[in-house]
Amino acid sequence: MLFAVFLPVLLAIFIPYLSKWKENIHTGFFVLLAPLAIFIYFIFSIGNGFDPVWQKYQWIPSLNIGFDFYLDGLSLLFVLLISGIGTLVTLYSIYYLDKSERLDQFYVYLLLFMTAMFGVVLSDNVYVLYTFWELTSISSFLLIGYWNHREGSRYGAMKSMLITVFGGLSMLGGFILLHLVTGTTSIQEMIAQADVILQSDYFAAIFAFVLLGAFTKSAQFPFHIWLPDAMEAPTPVSAYLHSATMVKAGIFLVARFTPIFSGDEWFFVIVSGVGILTLCWASYMAVRQTDLKGILAFSTVSQLGMIMAMLGFGTKTAIYAAVFHILNHATFKGSLFMVAGIVDHESGTRDIRKLGGLATLMPISATLAFFGTFSMAGVPLPFLNGFYSKEKFFTAATELPETSIWLAELLQQAIPYLAVFGSIFTFVYSMYFVFGTFTGHKQLEKLPAKPHEAPIGMLLSPMILVLGVVVIGLFPNMVNSTFLAHTAEAIYGKPVETHIKFWHGWITPLFMSIAVVVFGAILAYTRKGWQGIYTFLPGKLSFNKAYDFIVDQLEKSSARITNRYMNGSLRRYMVLILTAILIGAFSTLWITDGFALDTSDIASVTIHEVVVAVAMAIAAISTIFTRNKIAAILILGVVGYGLSLLFVLYRAPDLALTQLVVETITVALFLLCFYHLPNLREQTELASQKFTNVAISVGFGVLMTTVAISAHSTKGFETISDYFLEKSYKLGGGDNVVNVILVDMRGLDTLFEIVVLGIAALGIYALIKLRNKKGAEK
Amino acid sequence: MTRSNDLILRTMTVLIAFILFGFSIYLFFAGHNKPGGGFIGGLMTSAAIVLMYMAYGMEAINKVIPINYRVLTAIGLTIAVATGIGSFIFGEPFLSQTFDYFHFPIFGELELATALLFDLGVYLTVIGVTLTIILTISNDRS
Repeated sequence: MLFAVFLPVLLAIFIPYLSKWKENIHTGFFVLLAPLAIFIYFIFSIGNGFDPVWQKYQWIPSLNIGFDFYLDGLSLLFVLLISGIGTLVTLYSIYYLDKSERLDQFYVYLLLFMTAMFGVVLSDNVYVLYTFWELTSISSFLLIGYWNHREGSRYGAMKSMLITVFGGLSMLGGFILLHLVTGTTSIQEMIAQADVILQSDYFAAIFAFVLLGAFTKSAQFPFHIWLPDAMEAPTPVSAYLHSATMVKAGIFLVARFTPIFSGDEWFFVIVSGVGILTLCWASYMAVRQTDLKGILAFSTVSQLGMIMAMLGFGTKTAIYAAVFHILNHATFKGSLFMVAGIVDHESGTRDIRKLGGLATLMPISATLAFFGTFSMAGVPLPFLNGFYSKEKFFTAATELPETSIWLAELLQQAIPYLAVFGSIFTFVYSMYFVFGTFTGHKQLEKLPAKPHEAPIGMLLSPMILVLGVVVIGLFPNMVNSTFLAHTAEAIYGKPVETHIKFWHGWITPLFMSIAVVVFGAILAYTRKGWQGIYTFLPGKLSFNKAYDFIVDQLEKSSARITNRYMNGSLRRYMVLILTAILIGAFSTLWITDGFALDTSDIASVTIHEVVVAVAMAIAAISTIFTRNKIAAILILGVVGYGLSLLFVLYRAPDLALTQLVVETITVALFLLCFYHLPNLREQTELASQKFTNVAISVGFGVLMTTVAISAHSTKGFETISDYFLEKSYKLGGGDNVVNVILVDMRGLDTLFEIVVLGIAALGIYALIKLRNKKGAEK
Repeated sequence: MTRSNDLILRTMTVLIAFILFGFSIYLFFAGHNKPGGGFIGGLMTSAAIVLMYMAYGMEAINKVIPINYRVLTAIGLTIAVATGIGSFIFGEPFLSQTFDYFHFPIFGELELATALLFDLGVYLTVIGVTLTIILTISNDRS
């Protein structure tokens, strides 16, 4: 299984070489082999005696992360869909994409996506599942933006990326919580511990995070907005990713975690509530679209909502119907996308207002479209598979589970009606799609190209899919016990035995179906009459606008916030930094009750010290108030010399000497700088700014004084100076303790200080000698 | 830098510079037992050289003391690091210092410490740095 999962990506490595090696052969033919081989490999797993297969490969054993592949009925259904439709889509793309396109890139992305999808459905390890999940997002991003010279493609790719990655990340959060709660990374072992998860404190968060991931990926309300914009992708991509595989990843995730989550009563409310809302809203919106692929996109959203709703019901019938509909939807929706692509390819437009009467020009495509749309609409004909799953859906909608939450009871009352409502609109847009394109007036003058029937290679894939529609329609029990029963069992937990019949007798679901057909036909026929309703609902409201508004506002407000505090003024940054230090230090002092005052250890004050200190204080204060800069520097020198006097008074001759010389040099350098400075404009400060400055500097002075007093008053331990005094001569051979410390005991500090000096000198040399000559001329 | 006839300054400089040199060398050697050391010694020497530059001007002094002070900085740093590495030869940790007493013909009993070598590095670096900075800035013609 490991090889099967990674076969596409291995092949992807060689695609660029293959496409250059045989330039006259379309690269797609090489690609075709990979999904076909995988399909054949997995098709043999189908059968009555199917048992789950578990294969483990190590990746990061220390973190409990490994490629653990688990093949049960659920993953088998998805693996077969991915590989089967992957084969057909590759075949279709060979005829759809011209050799002048960048084929190697297209197939590399497509193969990458296949591996990612196989990984998602087969992984048993949550982190590996997440890895593949994000890989599907990335490869889908690349595929949607394949024609990256188009504005719309880039917009659509960006939008889908933002929304699905948002969901993917929240899903990762859910997975991490699951791992913490259960202590295992394996999904099957988590299912075994379902009780632990249900009773944990984090259950609500896990539930919300994982479902958010599933809903964004599967384009559920209100995250469905990325899917219609993803229609800018090449049609094979739309057919593959956005009808059959990637958008069902969220469905897969919900199905996979159903054994855990369905223990909670809110599961029904949220999953089926969101699902049924998506079904109604998207089928309602689909009738409004004028783009063929736009109709199909909203149609996909609504069908996904229907499947999600059935998973939410959680009854035996509903699960079986959901599984059945996953298969059916993949067959007819894939074929419809391909037909839409053919129409686009042959007539040059996808705008349904320009199309019409193509049935005589493109008879085969028209036939295929009729089968696909009638199956999608659930027209009660015995050779269409869509009818069976829709009938099962109605059956499930009338047999909802017991519940005690009032919201769930309310929802149960509404679901049968909402189901019929959504299905009526499904019928309407199906008819709109097929009759609008293939019947009515021919408007050949509006079309960019003269339409004619597509080549056989392009028709082959939709034919096979429609063949699937008809075969499953005629012999629905063929896929029943050998295949779908295993899938349903994997979700439901218990064996699911169902016999599918066309005729059930006069029961409620049949009346619902009849109502759908009758009302749907009336509404479809009178569509032009009531289409004005869309100007009122949704009217100007749309989730796209909300999305655009949010993205726009996020960018604007982050720019605003950044401009607010990053205004380029050094003064502002100083204010911010010092205020932060003040707040941090004072609150620490406050919280830890750190202020201390201890006067026992204080030496007596001599008159010399007082005189020097007062002189320094006067000098410091007058530095602030003087207007003349040169005077300020000279007065600052007084402070420096005062300090060196203090060093003398406190018996630090080395420090006094050094301070004296360094102060002289500093003052000289300052004078030099200011002598050369141009006459700067006097900086006028506002009164409020002055107040801030004064407040902060006073605050800082108070802070440092407080800290110094507290630090002096609290001595944790004896100082080390006695050791130095005692050992200086014995160990260092010198009487000058300061110097012995500098060169002997702490020589390393001195070494790096002279390195600092050297670097400073080199820096000044470089600044002056090597400056830009152009700048110097100014 | 020479402008008018500053004879008094030049005459005094000859005297004062020698006194300063002497004082700085005293500070350097006295460092181990009295106030002083490589740092302040280096600063004093630089002061003497700066005084000479002020009195006699750039060209004259560059001829008398043909030293590239950036190279001097490098030499000082090398000496300081080398004394540190030298302790490896005796199997000691980096920058271990030692000292002993020796008998010299004229000076009599004297103490010699390896710390003095390290201080020499500091001394040379400080001279190099100070003069590099001052000469670079004062030489700048723009």
